[in-house]
Amino acid sequence: MGHLSKEEGIKAVKKGLGLLAVITIIEVMVSLFGKGHLGIEPDWSFNVNLGLYEGPLAPLLIIVGLLLIGLSLYKAYYIVYKFMHMADEVKGLRMSVLLPMLLFVWALIAFFQEGNSWKERRDQILEKNKIESNTVVIVEDAVEEVELHQDENH
Amino acid sequence: MATDTVKEHDGQSEGGAWDGGQAPMKASYGKLMMWYFLLSDAFTFTGFLIAYGTLRFSSPTWPVPDFVFKTFPFVDASKEMPLIFVTVMSFILIISSGTMVRAVQEGHRENQKGVVFWMLMTILGGAGFLGCQAWEWNNLIGTEHMTVTRNPFGTHTHGGVYLGNDGAINKDDTFELGASYLIHSAEHAAHGHGADHGETHGDSHDDNHDAGHGTHGEDHHAEAHAVVDHGADAYAEGDHAAYVVKDGFVLRKYKILEEDGSYSDDTYTEAFGPKAFGALFFAITGFHGFHVFSGVLFLFIIMINAASGQYAARKNGYEMVEKIGLYWHFVDLVWVFVFLAFYLL
Repeated sequence: MGHLSKEEGIKAVKKGLGLLAVITIIEVMVSLFGKGHLGIEPDWSFNVNLGLYEGPLAPLLIIVGLLLIGLSLYKAYYIVYKFMHMADEVKGLRMSVLLPMLLFVWALIAFFQEGNSWKERRDQILEKNKIESNTVVIVEDAVEEVELHQDENH
Repeated sequence: MATDTVKEHDGQSEGGAWDGGQAPMKASYGKLMMWYFLLSDAFTFTGFLIAYGTLRFSSPTWPVPDFVFKTFPFVDASKEMPLIFVTVMSFILIISSGTMVRAVQEGHRENQKGVVFWMLMTILGGAGFLGCQAWEWNNLIGTEHMTVTRNPFGTHTHGGVYLGNDGAINKDDTFELGASYLIHSAEHAAHGHGADHGETHGDSHDDNHDAGHGTHGEDHHAEAHAVVDHGADAYAEGDHAAYVVKDGFVLRKYKILEEDGSYSDDTYTEAFGPKAFGALFFAITGFHGFHVFSGVLFLFIIMINAASGQYAARKNGYEMVEKIGLYWHFVDLVWVFVFLAFYLL
């Protein structure tokens, strides 16, 4: 890797810090905008909190979320490639560290979908729990009754 | 060149690639292992964040970050400053990453003074971040009573109206679907802060509690008297006209806004928010904070070693500083995603 002179080094750090700072500020602004702060259309922000909003601005909110994720990924790329100098490493090292991360693509889809499914089937699960706890009570009652009969027989 | 190739070939015929002396990754053992350690650490953190996402997806409601994280040190809690403090924390960590880059650059230039100075700056940044996190945790635990099993940040799943102290609806104290609320401890409420303090998003405040909306400062006691006059046991355990006090927490009563614009006959009480929030928040930000803490310790040790001339003698461009630098940037990298999951989304 090339060794930078002091001036070059300072310049690179200033550029990196400026970039990360600007992206962070944009992220916070976008987040506050998405939550209905900054004085724009405060009535839909509540419904957004519950994931209930289905009005005309719904696609915009998905874009807000994706934008936040995209900007964070860009920050991650910048830190790894510029600050950690991943760009200067050989391909084998880069790939052996970065490729395993692809497993998370599966994990994110699988687990988030599962979590969402719990929410969607909430009533069903509560109902099922109720039935199962009833079954336990019925079995316990039956066992008690049998024991009672045994006592009477003695 | 030709002789080199022959030599290598000879080596391999005797099982050579495993005899050492080759660096296929063109990186030292220490640096390579630091990369792989960071990879494993990334898996740990991502596992935690996926658990967070899964539980968040499975909950009908989730605390809204700009409601939960809206306090700022030395600023009155009634003043809303959503996400400002945590943005400051992020900046401190990003800047400390920048100073770390400078330390590594000075290391490559074999400039001992520069290495020590920029490492010291990095340590100060890390310590500053930890101080901010300590304040944030202290505020959440001490003032807002969040624990790993209790989450006082709830969300209304219906629009409605709160009951006043006479037990009738208070038309000035309505809330909308999706509005956030913070459940206060009875102690907090009895000290003149009022049960509805902390309610947000454009509701108008209950007149009976207005005394509680002043500052938390010196006129605290004067306010307390005004509320205590209602009766010394205004916040005693049990059922009250406007709220229920259960296990030391004030759960306000409300009626739901029906579709025809009338209010429901049934009265409801506020419920705590999803329990997992506290556990996930403290576990994940705590685990990250522990990384920052251990990073500061190692930075300190390596700074002392650098100052003693130990690394200068190795003549390898302060590689140890480069390795701790990798770790430090990784801590910053993780924060990017903790910040995304807990504060931005």
